[in-house]
Amino acid sequence: MIVVIDYGMGNLGSISNIVKKVGHKSIITSNIEEIKKATKLILPGVGSFDNGMKNLRELGLIEVLNQKVVEQKTPILGICLGMQLMTKSSEEGKLAGLGWVDAKTKKFVSDTLKVPHMGWNIVNQKKNSKLFNEIKSEKRYYFVHSYYVESNDKKDVLTFTNYGHEFVSSFEKENIIGAQFHPEKSHKFGMSLIKNFMENY
Amino acid sequence: MLQTRVIPVLLMKDEGLYKGIHFKKHKYVGDPINTVKIFNEKEVDELIIFDIEASKLKKTINFEIIESIVSEAFMPIGYGGGIKTLEDAKKLFSLGIEKIVLNTSAIENFDLVKQLVQNYGSQSVVFCLDIKKSFFGKYEVFSYSGTKKIKIPPIELAKKMHELGVGEIIINSIDNDGLMQGYDLKIIEEITSQLSIPVIACGGAKGLEDFKKVKEMGAHGCAAGSMFVYNGVHKAVLISYPEYNELEKLFKGK
Repeated sequence: MIVVIDYGMGNLGSISNIVKKVGHKSIITSNIEEIKKATKLILPGVGSFDNGMKNLRELGLIEVLNQKVVEQKTPILGICLGMQLMTKSSEEGKLAGLGWVDAKTKKFVSDTLKVPHMGWNIVNQKKNSKLFNEIKSEKRYYFVHSYYVESNDKKDVLTFTNYGHEFVSSFEKENIIGAQFHPEKSHKFGMSLIKNFMENY
Repeated sequence: MLQTRVIPVLLMKDEGLYKGIHFKKHKYVGDPINTVKIFNEKEVDELIIFDIEASKLKKTINFEIIESIVSEAFMPIGYGGGIKTLEDAKKLFSLGIEKIVLNTSAIENFDLVKQLVQNYGSQSVVFCLDIKKSFFGKYEVFSYSGTKKIKIPPIELAKKMHELGVGEIIINSIDNDGLMQGYDLKIIEEITSQLSIPVIACGGAKGLEDFKKVKEMGAHGCAAGSMFVYNGVHKAVLISYPEYNELEKLFKGK
């Protein structure tokens, strides 16, 4: 079963809608037993870094997630804040992140560009991935964020996007995928990505 | 880099979609669920749906129809109409609405705007400034779907909403609505030059050239109603949206 992790951070309905649209079923839950049985995990999230980590801790999810992701190598897709939580730390908060990838989350600082970075932007693929195998042309996704991920291990970087400077718009390290953009709001580009995550991992 | 967004605006009452002129004389143009599905296939940047009767007739928000619309739409959707409380907003976000658009309730309750921004972030709260020129050519703000005149001048109100934390402002011209004779560039330039948040122009767009002109005036988004639902001089209902390549060429000036 595909599990969308519910930890009180943002709207999960649109994630399960797009999973359904590409022909699969998911459940939205914070139940540890259900998460243990998951064949794939999606960690969405809208909100602040510390709130996200605090909620994961209070719901007792950190241990089971480490077990699933780090030990059992269950494929997981982190979206937006979900991606940022997979890094070691964030300039947005004081709490440590899940630390599954060697990366940190930083704040956009700009005198000329508007923050949050909000709207459609292009992602430039840096390595091959089963996530993008159907998309050959230019790829566009919908972004809404004020913080971005910087990977220390450049091998993890899957796509870069430019907003004032280049930032990591997605990473992929073994079973761990993070996307800063919102596939669930990015029509055909999002559908293809979610379908690939469902079927190729 | 970010593209200028092109946003169809759909007006809903009861369970149908309508389009009018000067916020009046609304004609039925189709079924919302089906229309949004078509826009979804056309890969629109973003959509805005207004319930044009909710505030005016003090109706409650039709969450059921919004849920049906959103469950088939995989792009950002803004919704406006009858939002009065944090609970309303919470419910809309949980259904998958990306942004809430405020007009009447924001003007009557600044505190609500502040609370919404605190709870959901600036990026999800939009203010829609409905404006109309008086007999003497002075711009005035309206609420309740263009039926109640507000004393605060448009630029003052826009600045106030910016200060309260809204993430973007739609400038919606009642005079130009439905005429398809171009945006009111003057007021759009005046307001965009004084705000640092994105401004979306609305009211009067006829064609791609209007998008280009309004972008040059500083608008970050171009919204339109008639242009995307009507076709030809007799205004036959036909849902359309420009091809991505056309828009790219237009905005990049290639």
